[in-house]
Amino acid sequence: MLKALINQLADPIISFPIATLAFWWMIKYYRFFGSKKFGMWALIVSIPVVAWFFADPNFYLIIKTPDNVPIGILLILVCFFTWFSLHKAAVNDERIEQGLVPIEALPENREKVWSWPNLVYTELFAIIACTAFLVIWAIIFKAPLEEPANPTWAPNPAKAPWYFLGLQEMLVYFDPWMAGVVLPGLVVAGLIAIPYIDTNPKGNGYFTFMERKWAIISFLYGWLVLWVYLIIVGVFFRGPNWTFYGPFEYWDLHKVVAEYNINLSEFIWIKGLGIGMPKNLILREIFGILLTFAYVGIIPVWVAKATKIGRKFYEDMGSIRYYIFMFLFITMMSLPIKMVLRWLFSLKYIVALPEWELNL
Amino acid sequence: MSDSKNSLNRREFFSYLTVGWVMFSAALAGLGSLAFRFSYPNVNFDPEMEFLAGTPGDYAAGVDERYKNAFGVWMVKAEGRLVALSNICTHLGCIPTWLPSELKFKCPCHGSGYYMSGVNFEGPAPRPLERYRISLQPDGKIKVDKTKVFRAEKGEWDNPDAFLTV
Ligand code: FES
Repeated sequence: MLKALINQLADPIISFPIATLAFWWMIKYYRFFGSKKFGMWALIVSIPVVAWFFADPNFYLIIKTPDNVPIGILLILVCFFTWFSLHKAAVNDERIEQGLVPIEALPENREKVWSWPNLVYTELFAIIACTAFLVIWAIIFKAPLEEPANPTWAPNPAKAPWYFLGLQEMLVYFDPWMAGVVLPGLVVAGLIAIPYIDTNPKGNGYFTFMERKWAIISFLYGWLVLWVYLIIVGVFFRGPNWTFYGPFEYWDLHKVVAEYNINLSEFIWIKGLGIGMPKNLILREIFGILLTFAYVGIIPVWVAKATKIGRKFYEDMGSIRYYIFMFLFITMMSLPIKMVLRWLFSLKYIVALPEWELNL
Repeated sequence: MSDSKNSLNRREFFSYLTVGWVMFSAALAGLGSLAFRFSYPNVNFDPEMEFLAGTPGDYAAGVDERYKNAFGVWMVKAEGRLVALSNICTHLGCIPTWLPSELKFKCPCHGSGYYMSGVNFEGPAPRPLERYRISLQPDGKIKVDKTKVFRAEKGEWDNPDAFLTV
């Protein structure tokens, strides 16, 4: 019963809004979620829940593959460090509100020590511990080798290494050119650009949330919901034929999901206007092209002019930084937007020019 | 001038330098060509680009997977036409599977689906599967030539080389 419900809820159509909402709550009530009490209770509750998940044969089949062990570790670490930083930030924010300095700025924490031996010893110990850990891991879990490569056959499901499953999930919604080249490139470029875009000196060397809300929200949304959540979907919820399967569902090869995707141009020309597709390629895709330009070109300007927060950003950052930031942010948001459009309207591509290998 | 015996003069120095430099470049070029050769495989597992695919009488209506593993081609007979369909997904190049019970090709990588004709209808694939040149030889054998592809979105499927009338 409960398992069936969880299987239903796990479907990205439902679990993605849940993840977004949960993220929003976590940010909004970060002082509650970052409290020691919540951390303790979450840990206590999670242990039997995880045990219950493991007890399910279908779930166990997924989690026990050697490939997926790192994901278990990743999830535990992500949960812990998210909680840990929220906790530290909550404590500091409360102190700052009372007019005190953050904990990290207390005199006893500003004391300086020599990097030799203090830091070097710690590093040495970390190196040894990591090596030992990897050796033991390598002994316990055999490398998951498969049969020799065959260019006319692919395993089903064909899964990327676990850390790329977020990208593979992205490919379900985008052209390979977008999801494989442009978006990952922008992710890397955007991460590199952060220190140049975000020149706010607050929060250097101490944890805080209140003093740099938007930076933290936009980063954590991209990281937790658009990256980690998509990895979870790719690992646990995708089975043969890349069809959705709940975490407790048996991977039945013949599960049929009716789906029929159409492009925006077909929506408008055939369904909306009822006059068939024009021959001219540009004319055929004109609505998609206009929409894309509006999305990338007009929204940032409009936000800067018409909304309070946009005006504030624009003033704080200056125009060049503001537009670079907005471009990166808007590109990031194109992923959830396209996911939702696919689910609601079975929309395949907004601009579909397969003749030019150009699809957005 | 007294120690000119054991030290180099200018001219000698340059001739040594030239010899050394030529040898260094030669070694580098050799290494480079070896590295270049290394980037090509010793054994090639790629399927042949051209093959004979029996006679038209060999095929029943529907999808024939006989040549899929060896050559990466599905022979599809429907509506009086026999075509050689590529088995490379137009999304990112995975190999879809033919699902006989659902009458569709389904890609294991991101879930694109294609009808028996090769036309895409679900998932992210932007265009239909490609078809290969197919022709009838004088001796009655079918020849499939994978060097020439026909793409539906360019209106090439009606090209007389893209199908056999059966
Ligand atoms: S490669 Fe076939 S769906 Fe992506």
